[in-house]
Amino acid sequence: MSQVKIKHEMPLQDAGERIKNFTEVALGYNEETAVAEANRCLNCKKPKCMEGCPVEVPIPEFISLIKEGDFKGAINKIKTKNSLPAVCGRVCPQESQCEKHCIVGIKGEPVGIGRLERYAADYELQHGGAKPGQKQQSTGKKVAVVGSGPAGLTAAGDLAKMGHQVTVFEALHVAGGVLMYGIPEFRLPKDIVQTEIEKIKELGVEIKTNYVIGQLDSVDELLEEGYDAVFIGTGAGLPYFMNIPGENLNGVYSANEFLTRTNLMKAYQFPNYVTPVKAGERVAVIGAGNVAMDSARTALRLGAKESYIVYRRSEKEMPARREEIEHAEEEGVKFALLTSPTEFNGDENGNLTSMTCIKYELGEPDASGRCRPVPIEGSQYEMKVDNVVLALGQGPNPLVPRTTEGLELTKRGNIAANEETGATNKPGVFAGGDIVTGAATVILAMGAGKKAARAIDDYLNNK
Amino acid sequence: MYKIVRKEDFSSVTKLFEVEAPKIAAKGKAGQFFILRVDEKGERIPLTIADYNPEAGTITTIFQEVGRTSKDLGKLEAGDYLVDVVGPLGESTEIENYGRVICVGGGVGVAPIYPIAKALKEAGNEVISIIGARNKELLFWEEKMASVSDKLIVCTDDGSYGQKGFVTDAVKQVADEMEINKLWAIGPMPMMRAMAATTKPLGIETIVSLNPIMVDGTGMCGACRVSVGGETKFACVDGPEFDGHQVDFDLAMRRLAYYKDEEKRAEAATTCGCGGGCGCHK
Ligand SMILES: Cc1cc2nc3c(=O)[nH]c(=O)nc-3n(C[C@H](O)[C@H](O)[C@H](O)COP(=O)(O)OP(=O)(O)OC[C@H]3O[C@@H](n4cnc5c(N)ncnc54)[C@H](O)[C@@H]3O)c2cc1C
Ligand SMILES: Cc1cc2nc3c(=O)[nH]c(=O)nc-3n(C[C@H](O)[C@H](O)[C@H](O)COP(=O)(O)OP(=O)(O)OC[C@H]3O[C@@H](n4cnc5c(N)ncnc54)[C@H](O)[C@@H]3O)c2cc1C
Ligand code: SF4
Ligand code: SF4
Ligand code: FES
Repeated sequence: MSQVKIKHEMPLQDAGERIKNFTEVALGYNEETAVAEANRCLNCKKPKCMEGCPVEVPIPEFISLIKEGDFKGAINKIKTKNSLPAVCGRVCPQESQCEKHCIVGIKGEPVGIGRLERYAADYELQHGGAKPGQKQQSTGKKVAVVGSGPAGLTAAGDLAKMGHQVTVFEALHVAGGVLMYGIPEFRLPKDIVQTEIEKIKELGVEIKTNYVIGQLDSVDELLEEGYDAVFIGTGAGLPYFMNIPGENLNGVYSANEFLTRTNLMKAYQFPNYVTPVKAGERVAVIGAGNVAMDSARTALRLGAKESYIVYRRSEKEMPARREEIEHAEEEGVKFALLTSPTEFNGDENGNLTSMTCIKYELGEPDASGRCRPVPIEGSQYEMKVDNVVLALGQGPNPLVPRTTEGLELTKRGNIAANEETGATNKPGVFAGGDIVTGAATVILAMGAGKKAARAIDDYLNNK
Repeated sequence: MYKIVRKEDFSSVTKLFEVEAPKIAAKGKAGQFFILRVDEKGERIPLTIADYNPEAGTITTIFQEVGRTSKDLGKLEAGDYLVDVVGPLGESTEIENYGRVICVGGGVGVAPIYPIAKALKEAGNEVISIIGARNKELLFWEEKMASVSDKLIVCTDDGSYGQKGFVTDAVKQVADEMEINKLWAIGPMPMMRAMAATTKPLGIETIVSLNPIMVDGTGMCGACRVSVGGETKFACVDGPEFDGHQVDFDLAMRRLAYYKDEEKRAEAATTCGCGGGCGCHK
């Protein structure tokens, strides 16, 4: 069969239409396209693609099943390794994970592994029928998992399959972490996240929401109360600010607040849902990562006429996924590059009215190899804005580190944990995901949860 | 789901709930708060834990109906359930034997000041409590406050009960007569600002409990940021108690007013019965 050089296109909601709603942008393959895309896979004996998947999805095997039209078989195959396939198929940065290594990618575009994973997962969501994961006999051991983001959920699901009794403690009123409060509905529908979480519960995992570890119980208390091991997956939830004048004016949001109000609290359905959020006529988002793109696109959907990405480096350095930048551009997000605010200005009521910006030029490369932005003297100008969203990254939330006696931290306040096992310096305490690595990706957090589950299983068997 | 086991109406707008939350009742301390949601579409709102009953496994809170969510809350009765209760949140009050202290509660601030006065009393302090309200109708927990205080002064703005005048006047009187080692003041922002302004020249260390708008209450969103001594702090994890002489009250008060228009719309949305879907409140 002759090789099709490009990936089958993902059908999208029209840009003009989609900025008026919060429903999903990428619509997913139909059966025909899925099979055709699957047929691009060479079913390699030594599948390179798998080297790029932190949770070891058996890629050629599940794709072969799609080729045969056995979609239930495909999803069951994926689920042996990945407990959140509908999530990963949507938000994994496949271009730098599995698809980066795909052999077909050398001469053309790689196989659309993520899109196929999504197809199989969505097929199950619509038709049901996947087997619940295989569970081993109960070991009688209890494990506490702190945080229900992708790291915690993966660790919990895997540990339950190994026969341990798992309780997840989550601070918010719903499970899912950033999948629920951060990543917008139009990229990752919340129903889908919840359905996948239900499947993890079916494995016997108990999830206790509204339970803040460090306040209700400390990690040490969990160990004293009879948990044999603890996994900490509390994420990178502490928003960074710029420490420039005017930052506390009304109208200056952290991306976490802006997105949490919109996604978790569903402020886009205000006043039917009671939590408000504001996006005036002109919104500026500071930063150019995934979080910034999500914020800028959310602002448009909330009714902003103009939504800007303001970034102090150039287009080349923007850390967001290419696809996200393109989607933002299609939707009309504007880019003010080599620009950064130096001050926020407000009126007598303390409401934001404008920001003073300065232009930058790129200088010599710095230690990271990226060109250092240098401010251009005298280039200040004023930009009128109603709302600003700061998307400058997040640090580790200190609640758990602060209250866990003797837990070793890194210089930046992350938990120091072994990369392969998640083991911390405290016996029986493991950690993984953003709380260890700093803000990273869903799939890396899941990979860390998986490795830690294995290490915890070893630890419990030898205890 | 968290059951409301007891409701008390103190006035047409001030209500008490005792809510089942055994773990919080066992762990929480003076100065801490919790966040609740009334129902699935509800906002997360913070309320102080005014009393703990570890034996019964309950916490008590007293709130004032000021807008949509607190009014929705006020419609619930004993036997009803709240969908979410999370706590205890925030740092607890630093309780030590300071010597002679004053605890001031203004309006609904009497509720959060009670557990602090109680803990200070148990730690061996001489506790002088001063509670105030606009009028007699709005006063509550006088006896309870008296039970944890060496001396209790009650003020009403209109003189309808106790001594006429503001709590700040009462503090000045007391401080004139004796040495005060530390003071806590909780109430509406303007009252706390006035208190800080009163005690500063008197050199009395003053702790206030700030009530900024919050969302998560775990340090994740930054909505609750306040400026203290020129530094930005997150009230939900660094507070809610701060040195009153260092707080930028103007900023805090302006931030509280940010959603005024939306708050009106949220309240209006309950009146036509459509729940907000009909678009008539835009
Ligand atoms: C807006 C946004 C968009 C993103 N887009 C992408 C994307 O497209 N692709 C991608 O791969 N990655 C993306 N990411 C990054 C990705 O979401 C994170 O790397 C990932 O969620 C980290 O997982 P985690 O399990 O470590 O932590 P989190 O998802 O942060 O979950 C941690 C959980 O722990 C809870 N918690 C914290 N403290 C406590 C405590 N003391 N007690 C109990 N519970 C606690 C939190 O409430 C939270 O639910 C995005 C992130 C954001 C913010
Ligand atoms: C730590 C803390 C402890 C508190 N303790 C008490 C208490 O013991 N008793 C009591 O009556 N009140 C207390 N409050 C205030 C209470 O949270 C607000 O009155 C309530 O949220 C108002 O909501 P609403 O929808 O009824 O009114 P709205 O109409 O929404 O607002 C009325 C005013 O309340 C404030 N407010 C609105 N939303 C929030 C929010 N999500 N978080 C905080 N403030 C908000 C705003 O200033 C607003 O102008 C406390 C607040 C904090 C931060
Ligand atoms: S989980 Fe992510 S990295 Fe792994 S195969 Fe699926 S899309 Fe690729
Ligand atoms: S490397 Fe590419 S072609 Fe080979 S098995 Fe993996 S997805 Fe298929
Ligand atoms: S309420 Fe979100 S950080 Fe304090």
